[in-house]
Amino acid sequence: MSDPAVTHTDPQPGLTGFVSDWSSDKTAFKTASWGKAMIWIFLLSDTFIFSCFLIAYMTVRMSTTEAWPNPSEVFALEIGGVHMPLILIAIMTFVLISSSGTMAMAVNFGYRRDRVKTTVLMLLTAALGATFVGMQAFEWTKLISEGVRPWENPWGAPQFGSVFFMITGFHGTHVTIGVIFLLLMARKVWRGDFDTGKKGFFTSRKGRWEIVEITGLYWHFVDLVWVFIFALFYLW
Amino acid sequence: MVDATHGPDAHAAEFPDVELYHPRSWWTRYVFSQDAKVIAIQYASTALAIGMLALVLSWLMRMQLAFPGFLTFIDAAAYYQFITMHGMIMVIYLITALFLGGFGNYLIPLMLGARDMVFPYVNMLSYWTYLLAVLVLVASWFTPGGPTGAGWTLYPPQAILSNTPGQESGIVLMLVSLILFVIGFTMGGLNYIVTVLQGRTRGMTLMRMPLTVWGIFIATVMAMLAFPALFVACVMMLFDKLLGTSFFMPALVEMGELLPHDGGSPILFQHLFWFFGHPEVYIVALPAFGIVSDLISTHARKNIFGYRMMVWAIVIIGALSFVVWAHHMYVSGMNPYFGFFFAVTTLIIAVPTAIKVYNWVLTLWRGDIHLNPPMLFALAFIVTFVNGGLTGLFLGNVVVDVPLSDTMFVVAHFHMVMGVAPILVIFGAIYHWYPKITGRMLDNTLAHLHFWVTFLGAYLIFFPMHYLGIMGVPRRYFESGDISFQPPSAHDLNIFITVMALIVGAAQLVFVFNLIWSIRHGKPSGGNPWRATTLEWQTPETPPVHGNFGRELPVVYRWAYDYSVPGAAEDFIPQNQPGTNPPHSEAPKKRRGAKS
Repeated sequence: MSDPAVTHTDPQPGLTGFVSDWSSDKTAFKTASWGKAMIWIFLLSDTFIFSCFLIAYMTVRMSTTEAWPNPSEVFALEIGGVHMPLILIAIMTFVLISSSGTMAMAVNFGYRRDRVKTTVLMLLTAALGATFVGMQAFEWTKLISEGVRPWENPWGAPQFGSVFFMITGFHGTHVTIGVIFLLLMARKVWRGDFDTGKKGFFTSRKGRWEIVEITGLYWHFVDLVWVFIFALFYLW
Repeated sequence: MVDATHGPDAHAAEFPDVELYHPRSWWTRYVFSQDAKVIAIQYASTALAIGMLALVLSWLMRMQLAFPGFLTFIDAAAYYQFITMHGMIMVIYLITALFLGGFGNYLIPLMLGARDMVFPYVNMLSYWTYLLAVLVLVASWFTPGGPTGAGWTLYPPQAILSNTPGQESGIVLMLVSLILFVIGFTMGGLNYIVTVLQGRTRGMTLMRMPLTVWGIFIATVMAMLAFPALFVACVMMLFDKLLGTSFFMPALVEMGELLPHDGGSPILFQHLFWFFGHPEVYIVALPAFGIVSDLISTHARKNIFGYRMMVWAIVIIGALSFVVWAHHMYVSGMNPYFGFFFAVTTLIIAVPTAIKVYNWVLTLWRGDIHLNPPMLFALAFIVTFVNGGLTGLFLGNVVVDVPLSDTMFVVAHFHMVMGVAPILVIFGAIYHWYPKITGRMLDNTLAHLHFWVTFLGAYLIFFPMHYLGIMGVPRRYFESGDISFQPPSAHDLNIFITVMALIVGAAQLVFVFNLIWSIRHGKPSGGNPWRATTLEWQTPETPPVHGNFGRELPVVYRWAYDYSVPGAAEDFIPQNQPGTNPPHSEAPKKRRGAKS
């Protein structure tokens, strides 16, 4: 066996392909670049963080001695005299999921090297994300003005406020970081950094179009996490 | 699994080697360096420095146990602060940081034939965040009330109650420091994982990687999944302390006063903490396993026995260690039925671990054993680890654990298995790779002195502790006073242990002296003093320069363990040497034929 184990170059389907990819040299994921492998592994780690938060929340909700407030009523709004449970959360969810759609389109146009459309779609995604964060700020303000604090609230178990601020705050931070990152990357796309291979400010690596997809993966993740928060915190 | 998205860019997935950042000034070359080797040395130096502090703390604790009242500045509060800081520093800021940040950074790119980590800039940030975490930790000594004295497990509610030392600000700084550590580690961990998966050189398959890289790789994967639990636990406890939430705090009466907390679950913290804490044991053990395999194979001039088994054992241990955490909580008041499940999974881990021990011994069997310092430390690791592992079987069983809980037996167990054993590997690894890092050998006489005092001393410290534990001497007691069930011999033994601890501690100063002295005065080592096969010994320059391998990256033709191959010109064949050697899967067959 005097040759180095350079195995195949064309991807094979199914389990055979999986085995031959993993037993080959250089890379285990043949089509993934370093950045994409990195973001997937980061998201896996981040999944564990959110899982721990949510499992901790569910444990606390079961262990607490006082009754848990009814989220449908807490998050209800009066709009035009109509009492609408969870309406704000429903709109927020709709906005965030829509932003995933625009992000997916941005990735698509990114791979077609369409600078204008990619930029516009990324900015639109960022705008939807910012809207989401804005509505969250409104929600926080409303609850705070109604007397919800991390240590107490008018309706029951004090952990309700603790969990609410902690989990939505942590998720909101993720969305905010995503918005900032989207704006930075949209600027680079618009300037054409990825066509000219302009080097990053800190890293001295050449920028690549793929960063649009990496941003997108992060964005979809944040969106997916929201679905779980929505289901487990607001709907339960 | 192949990522299904095929953009036109995705096919250019391989970077044209690495676009390395070329430092232009002294600052970017040695301080804010993006070179994994410099970062490794920064990590290792910081870890060793803070580790010395933890060593001094252990001296002070031992002084208090043996000669209560002799050092007047040690009161009960100070004693608990020493315990807490000693444990936390040793486990996290020394061993984890040194194995993954230190050896991981140095060895992964070199052993895999890469020019650097895949994200050098993020790698640099990882170190500086780690340094910040260490500084925040140290800062707690200088705040009112001092560092926290909650024990390294930081169990609530007592961690944030008003009579625990350091509850003013020490606990806050502790939690912030841990959060920073997790963030810093995540940046490093992404680098280690992606470099192993995507950054190898031509011919370097996963199953040709040295076991050192396997150990560090799996440990990093585990850390990426276990540290989130610690992160979440720290955030929640920080809120309990600062915002008055009640995640972990039940309704409590303290000093006749009802606290404002209500309805939290202290056991939830224990679950979160140990979901991190148990994998953490293997996060420090797996790199040790990997490194020790390489040391034994190199210095016994024999291929590692059962390479595939070794790899799978590492992977299986890593996976199993996520389902055993509650064996730390048998007496916590959790549902007793859980005890059965966690005892079973705990004992199952003994199987892959035993496979590894057998394979090390079989590697040594009829090997050409060179008893130089790295090998001595590797051998010492095996016996120490077996020893600590056996008491682990005791503590893994619920009925045996319950009476032994919170006794010196537990202290002896975990110090043997995850204190002394990994540290012995760290020493062995430093003796082994120091010539590559500096180009000079460490002094052999001092190394032998260091080894024998440390190895024998560690046994003299921790063996008697088992006995104390079985007698029922509790741990974490500031002073035992006149406890009638303890015979006077128990106290004599305590004095003996303390004297030994002071001697072993002093031996570490010899080691530190050796490290510093040999940088200038050590014997020049040449590029490959141990005649080892792995790629880091085949670099054109020693110490390796920025970019590691000169113009051309090495190409790998064989596994890492071609020692004493029959018919070969030398007793080792470097991984990058082409030739018609049989592939490793057939090698043992041929060797048996050659023998008979």
